[in-house]
Amino acid sequence: MKILVGYKRVVDFNVRIQVKPDGSGVATEGVKLSANPFDDIALEEALRLREKGVASEVVVVTIGPADAQAHLRNGLAMGANRAIHVVAPQAPQPLTAARVFLKLIEKEQPQLVILGKQAIDDDCNQTGQMLAALWNRPQATFASKVEIAGQVARVTREVDAGLETIEVDLPAVITTDLRLNEPRFIKLPDIMKAKSKPLETLDFAALGVESGDHLTTTRYAPPPKRSRGVMVKDAAELVAALKHRGLL
Amino acid sequence: MSERESMEYDVVTVGAGPAGLAFAIRLKQVKPELRVCVIEKASTVGAQILSGAVIEPEPLNELLPEWGRNPPPICVPVTHDEFWWLRDKQRAWKLPTPPQMHNHGNFIVSLGALCAWLAPQAEALGVEIYPGFAAAEPLFDAEGAVCGVRIGDMGVARDGSHKPGYTQGIDIRAPLTVLAEGCRGHLSKRLIAKFALDRDCDPQTYGIGIKELWQLPAGRVAPGTVVHTIGWPLDPATYGGSFLYHLDRDRVAIGFVTGLDYEDPMLSPFEAFQQLKHHPRIRPLLEGGQIVSAGARAIVEGGYQSLPKCEMPGAILIGDAAGLLNVPKIKGTHQAIRSGMLAAEHVAATGRAEGWDARLRASRVVDELRKVRNIRPGFHRGLWLGLLNAGWETISAGHSPWTLKNRADHAALRRVDRFQPPLRDWVERTLPPRDRLAGVYFASTQHDEDQPVHLRVADTTVCLTRCAEEYRNPCTRFCPAGVYEIVGDGADRRLQINAANCVHCKTCDIKDPYQIIDWVTPEGGSGPNYQNL
Repeated sequence: MKILVGYKRVVDFNVRIQVKPDGSGVATEGVKLSANPFDDIALEEALRLREKGVASEVVVVTIGPADAQAHLRNGLAMGANRAIHVVAPQAPQPLTAARVFLKLIEKEQPQLVILGKQAIDDDCNQTGQMLAALWNRPQATFASKVEIAGQVARVTREVDAGLETIEVDLPAVITTDLRLNEPRFIKLPDIMKAKSKPLETLDFAALGVESGDHLTTTRYAPPPKRSRGVMVKDAAELVAALKHRGLL
Repeated sequence: MSERESMEYDVVTVGAGPAGLAFAIRLKQVKPELRVCVIEKASTVGAQILSGAVIEPEPLNELLPEWGRNPPPICVPVTHDEFWWLRDKQRAWKLPTPPQMHNHGNFIVSLGALCAWLAPQAEALGVEIYPGFAAAEPLFDAEGAVCGVRIGDMGVARDGSHKPGYTQGIDIRAPLTVLAEGCRGHLSKRLIAKFALDRDCDPQTYGIGIKELWQLPAGRVAPGTVVHTIGWPLDPATYGGSFLYHLDRDRVAIGFVTGLDYEDPMLSPFEAFQQLKHHPRIRPLLEGGQIVSAGARAIVEGGYQSLPKCEMPGAILIGDAAGLLNVPKIKGTHQAIRSGMLAAEHVAATGRAEGWDARLRASRVVDELRKVRNIRPGFHRGLWLGLLNAGWETISAGHSPWTLKNRADHAALRRVDRFQPPLRDWVERTLPPRDRLAGVYFASTQHDEDQPVHLRVADTTVCLTRCAEEYRNPCTRFCPAGVYEIVGDGADRRLQINAANCVHCKTCDIKDPYQIIDWVTPEGGSGPNYQNL
């Protein structure tokens, strides 16, 4: 079984996000970039399935600028068999990303596609669902446990009410939640080995995918600063202050 | 336990800073067949590098003659130097700029960004760079010579047990290990002690530099302007001063260095820096701006007379791991790059550590230190005699027949009961950060809380007895990240180490008066994630 894993590069979760002074976007110069944490979980799950003998090949995919190659090498160092880099000027919006994945599915014929439930940069949480619809295959989103038996995936999902377990027929799309697993540490010798693993480069324009980037971002702004609090001496003063503001 | 994996190289370099990268680049330029790797504890190259920084470009010109065509992302030519004495919290006098501090022809850079820019150029030459891996221990062969480094294990819990993701660190073996860890490197510290490399020199001395990068409202910044100050908020007995560098795109880098030979146990270098920002010469510039990134790092100040022997069986020291910073110039990057290149040429020619110390000492790197050797220790007698002495040493170009002594920083603190603290006319602060925790936020520092504490205090009973009495726990003040706290009352009173806040500046390792704090590497990739510092 072949597994396709989405592996997006985002601003590292430890970095304090800064909006560019002109409001045109988020500053990325000199900023640490790394794999979307949900995608790391997706890759880890795929690798575990391979180690269990369920899968035979894990392919990591990223859609992004030319310098994202080093990022894909990390995915290979973690253990993926090979990588596909769809070179695009910037990361696309979910519909475009889903269409690109559909193209790759046609080419690669995977039995399973594992994506992060969302990327921590735009927090869209759409690509997996859109891809399942376009592909006309089942989806199991927000997975916290995945078991594969034959042509069926039994997936425990994190839903508002607790946990829900569903079975989907393969091929299918699974999106990962935080508790699915804890990604492994990359070992130093594996970084060296990753340098010789196959990395295929495809040009976005040459894929013949219609862009679904219909949203235009007009302006970025940091959240408004919280205004200074007021210290009150006792309950009476608190009540007076609330009354003064018409809250009581 | 399974056999530990290992990898073999011709040379292993510890630290992807200017010295280590210059070494690796030069080595590949002159002897491309050698296999060299660079181990870096930060998760990406440059993320744990902090410097002013105004650099002299000459060594970079020699290393990469074409560098100007594709300059590092922050690289602003210096247009103008200013030197101010802040008399008190209100007044400031402009002084003539000392000759060493003339920066015509130099560039203001972010040293972190510069290293991140150097790394791919090294990789293009075949250097293997491994960020996110901490060189935790030196390896020794049967004869006792250094033969590589051991990478720290990943996935170890706070109590030392192995977590599910536990990954054993590998051994990197090489006939030659190059220590380019920067100031107070923890492997360098251990090896200097083991091989008694500092037997014939003065103790090393240090300063603590704290820096912030600010984004300001449009129109305030004069790109290329370099301002240094001395005086307030420090008293004349304490060595230190500020730097303020105007970058491009409405950004300034501001920082403050306090000599770690300060005597007042109640002094907080962090607070001194925050005070400085509120001087009327500086405050209007920053007001309304935003901090982009902030952090702290110890710097080497000992110079010529504190330079240890820079070679030992199987390993050499370069850059600030050796201690090559030029204090009057307040610059070490050119020295780091030059020493790295020189070491590469030595290694290419001989393949060994032997002879490196003599070669370094015969070079202009050490000659530069020798000429200014008396300037920094001259400030032991206070600011004014220090400036007079600096004037004499500058005019005489270091030809004084004497060499002033350096003394260990940790021994400089005075006991609270025998010390009259100077009056500090410090002001109420309004500019961010509010306190050290707010400051740490701008360092984006990250450590998995469930890992062994990487600040090892040999004997914590001292903290509540002798230290509390003699120095009132100076660790709670000298740490710029608020790592050390005394918490609880009565019998529950204890030292709490907030290791997750650590920004790897090494001040505690240096200044702790009993020398019982040992900074060791946390899990690889942990620590600050600086942006353009």
